[in-house]
Amino acid sequence: MSALKRKFVKGNEAVAMAAIEAGVQCYFGYPITPQSDIPEYLSRELPKAGGTFIQVESEIGAINMVLGASACGVRAMTSSSGPGISLKQEGISYMAGSELPGVIVDIMRSGPGLGGIDASQADYHQATKGGGHGGYRIIVLAPNSGQEMYDLTMLAFDLSDQYRMPAMVLADSVLGQMKESIVPHPRPKADLPAKEWAVRGTGGGVQNVVKSLYLGDGEMEKFHWKMHARYQELADKESRWEEFATDDAELIVTAFGCTSRIARTAVEMARAEGLKVGLMRPITLFPFPKKGYAELSARCKRWLTMELSTGQMVDDVRLAVARDAEVEFYGRPPGAGSLPTPEELFTQIKKFC
Amino acid sequence: MKQVFSKPVSLKDVQTHFCPGCHHGSIHRLVAEAMDSFGIADKTIGCASVGCSVFLYGYFTIDVVESPHGRAPAVATGVKRARPDRIVFTYQGDGDLAAIGTSEIIHAANRGEKITVIFVNNTTYGMTGGQMAPTTMPGQKTSTSPNGRDVANDGKPFKMAELLSNLDGVAYSARVALNNPRNVLQAKKIIKNAFQYQVEGKGFAFIEALAACPTNWGMNPLAANERVGSEMIPYFPLGVFKNNENL
Repeated sequence: MSALKRKFVKGNEAVAMAAIEAGVQCYFGYPITPQSDIPEYLSRELPKAGGTFIQVESEIGAINMVLGASACGVRAMTSSSGPGISLKQEGISYMAGSELPGVIVDIMRSGPGLGGIDASQADYHQATKGGGHGGYRIIVLAPNSGQEMYDLTMLAFDLSDQYRMPAMVLADSVLGQMKESIVPHPRPKADLPAKEWAVRGTGGGVQNVVKSLYLGDGEMEKFHWKMHARYQELADKESRWEEFATDDAELIVTAFGCTSRIARTAVEMARAEGLKVGLMRPITLFPFPKKGYAELSARCKRWLTMELSTGQMVDDVRLAVARDAEVEFYGRPPGAGSLPTPEELFTQIKKFC
Repeated sequence: MKQVFSKPVSLKDVQTHFCPGCHHGSIHRLVAEAMDSFGIADKTIGCASVGCSVFLYGYFTIDVVESPHGRAPAVATGVKRARPDRIVFTYQGDGDLAAIGTSEIIHAANRGEKITVIFVNNTTYGMTGGQMAPTTMPGQKTSTSPNGRDVANDGKPFKMAELLSNLDGVAYSARVALNNPRNVLQAKKIIKNAFQYQVEGKGFAFIEALAACPTNWGMNPLAANERVGSEMIPYFPLGVFKNNENL
């Protein structure tokens, strides 16, 4: 890929382009709106890049193919939306239990059930609290632009390999379907650990086993404490967030993904009227950037969380801010036409200023 | 003195955890002998399933990846597509392959994945304590069919080797049994054939092995072994159902 040449693409296409640039060797997926541009792009382009594309019979099959390919030490990914992500949870739990990397893209649509195809942020709990059985976590990155769909997809592969756990890019139908200009760039050099654990055939050497079954006395407990320490290390080293106009803010709005774009416009409207309002946008949803919230809330005690749901991230915000900080919530559950306007959010901001 | 019998190098020198009279150990040995005959143990990746067969890595010297319940054919697809030059096999029971994993096995077979599937049919869920499986015989009593499998309620047992032989993607499909020396020798030959298909890059090979589960059948090993011959083989006939060398 020629570096630094601007392209005008859908967010979903940016994800697929980044995956190829990141060296994904295997993509396994199943069509579902609003993410089907990803398998469509990769079915066309991945074989040209020497990789494998399979349209699988089910989301369950797809995530287990990711598990198998990842166990061999190659970069593998899948993508879907709510109903499909629910089906993938079994495989994601097994991957977490087997300490396997792999990238899962969730272009959120509304639910529960079949719901609709419009933007939603109501998969937040499912993505950040484990989703499947067994008390694990995965890395969750939340882009808010076409450029970040590209950048964070690439980062997801590196973090996933670095920490030996699945990583999810959590976006929504607005970000997936919206066309923006992006600047693709080559994969940055990362100092990643060699995959000594991968199954490749012993070659006459030691046997490698990829498994999640722990039956020996104390083995499972030991595994959980090891993963807990890894999650702590992630929080210390990889928490990412973005602040806007927070230095003198008396009210800080917080939102992720596409909502943060609308919130930023509303914050700019507030600033234009002389209101001291700032914006805090978490980029990593797991690890949740608790440090950023704690530092900001030490001096700013009024918060407003905005989400395309009846409130899920707000739980994490309340836990992350100082105890005496006040957290208000404004949400629009998903449904056709329920995307809030900047004016609507500005009205909410004024209520709390 | 000339040595005429030895342990396959693909097998570890460990004590088995399988119950007395169980056929898993025999099937493990035949799979190991097949690998030895081609000298492929160091480039083979096994895909373990759940249930009694999950401990594959405890017996074989090869690299192994564990799969969720029923998903081994999908995991094996990922492995084979990522490493096309490796030999890949799944090892699955009937509760795994013929119930929760029917979608994965049928689609892997239909895609003609170049893998070998070892399917151990003992007509019950072994590790979970002998519940009714999709292959449980009509009238067979299990812990979830206490009055015997009622085909009007539960349907008839799946005949997986015949079912899969109808798919164009399948190169080889056969059923074997381990209940007497003659059948063991036949099984040895057929399991070797199944691996040969993959060594030659020819396509999907499926081996159904009828096996005894004395513990869950409530029988002693000898009676369980006899049941394989007297009840199972008449319902699940032995033989090669598909042998397509032209794939």
